[in-house]
Amino acid sequence: MAAAVGVASGADVPSKLKLYSYFRSSCSFRVRIALNLKGLEYEYVPVNLLKGEQFGAEFSKVNPINYVPALADGDFVISDSFAILMYLEEKYPQHHPLLPSDLRKRAINYQAANIVSSSIQPLQNLYVLKFIEEKVGPSEPLAWVQYHIGRGFSALEKVLADHAGKYATGDEVCLADVFLAPQIYAAVKRFNVDMSQYPILSKLHEAYSEIPAFHDAMPENQPDAPEPQA
Amino acid sequence: MDMDTHNQSSCSWRVRFALNLKGISYEYKAVDLRKEEQYTAEFEKLNPMYFVPVLVDGDTMVSDSFAILLYLEEKYPQKALLPRDLRLKALNLQAASIISSSVQPLQMLNLLKYIEEKAGPEERLSWARYVIERGFQALEKLLENVATRYATGDEVCLADVFLAPQIGASTLRFQIDMVKFPTLRRIHESYKTLPEYTASLPESQPDATI
Repeated sequence: MAAAVGVASGADVPSKLKLYSYFRSSCSFRVRIALNLKGLEYEYVPVNLLKGEQFGAEFSKVNPINYVPALADGDFVISDSFAILMYLEEKYPQHHPLLPSDLRKRAINYQAANIVSSSIQPLQNLYVLKFIEEKVGPSEPLAWVQYHIGRGFSALEKVLADHAGKYATGDEVCLADVFLAPQIYAAVKRFNVDMSQYPILSKLHEAYSEIPAFHDAMPENQPDAPEPQA
Repeated sequence: MDMDTHNQSSCSWRVRFALNLKGISYEYKAVDLRKEEQYTAEFEKLNPMYFVPVLVDGDTMVSDSFAILLYLEEKYPQKALLPRDLRLKALNLQAASIISSSVQPLQMLNLLKYIEEKAGPEERLSWARYVIERGFQALEKLLENVATRYATGDEVCLADVFLAPQIGASTLRFQIDMVKFPTLRRIHESYKTLPEYTASLPESQPDATI
């Protein structure tokens, strides 16, 4: 079930981007933020990860490696949120660049992004949590996730201490923010992390909630989000 | 340029391989992970995640291997590791990310120790193999129609920098049967002919134990 978002018009408009996404996927959330920031129209195609739709015949034809999110740009399909973001960054350089020109600031952005994408988010992935629940016990996954988030967040507080301004690495929204926002959101909404120990990240969480591009990308605002309980 | 590192760390291995490919010399500063030297206050200043490698380039300090590699690529463009072609570049970044996000973090030592403690040594091995094979299946599909001598063509690129240590470490530590992954197996054989690769091997490092 595809939901169109926005309408393309005009003779020279390139074929529309398609984003294969799951509303609650942190990695999909990153790409949605970036597309919104860059003002890029896209068609939202939901893939239900809980139901295993990423392994279905239809999606496998689109993306043989079954990863979500995936971005289709015409006949070219890219998986992995970081690869997608760097692709968009280079293909649409006039559209809200996410990387500063200063090399050191870029490095800080890459570091913060990778703390999230390698040291936190993978440890809270669905199949990891299922494995821990099965093999260790039902109360274990939450303690596990909170531990890894805590470790990553403590490190981020130190990494960003000398660089944060209005946003993670200064006064402009950058790549680090695109990775941080969904991770902080998950920590707060899904995993009951006590944010009082993380003043910089807490402040960023507030700042992100005021940016339309971030707000529109939130899980509850996606076409495949379930109806809120009455 | 200094690198704080440990010979067994596959993330450090990535950076060693890249530095060799780019012909950049560096001072190797060993951090003994077995003695938990990464948890000292001194090392924390270098990397508050307590991970190696950390690169110190003049007064610029970069931790996290992916961030280091992108920094090196931008600062030292000789022997480029990312193709100019947008699609090939995207393929390289995907391969790198599959390893750095979906594979390596889920078979790190402290994680495997946790699984062994809570669920036993057999679970530890079966988990590591599951994670690696899942990632290798994705990589095999991603690269099978693009790889020639190396992952994305005839030049060694970023994907290779991530693949070489991952395949090297996985086959050794977890006895992964590479017959199932013919493309990965083939390109791994190509790496072995490169002096830059041989010089990056764990056993070739100053802190390798005999």
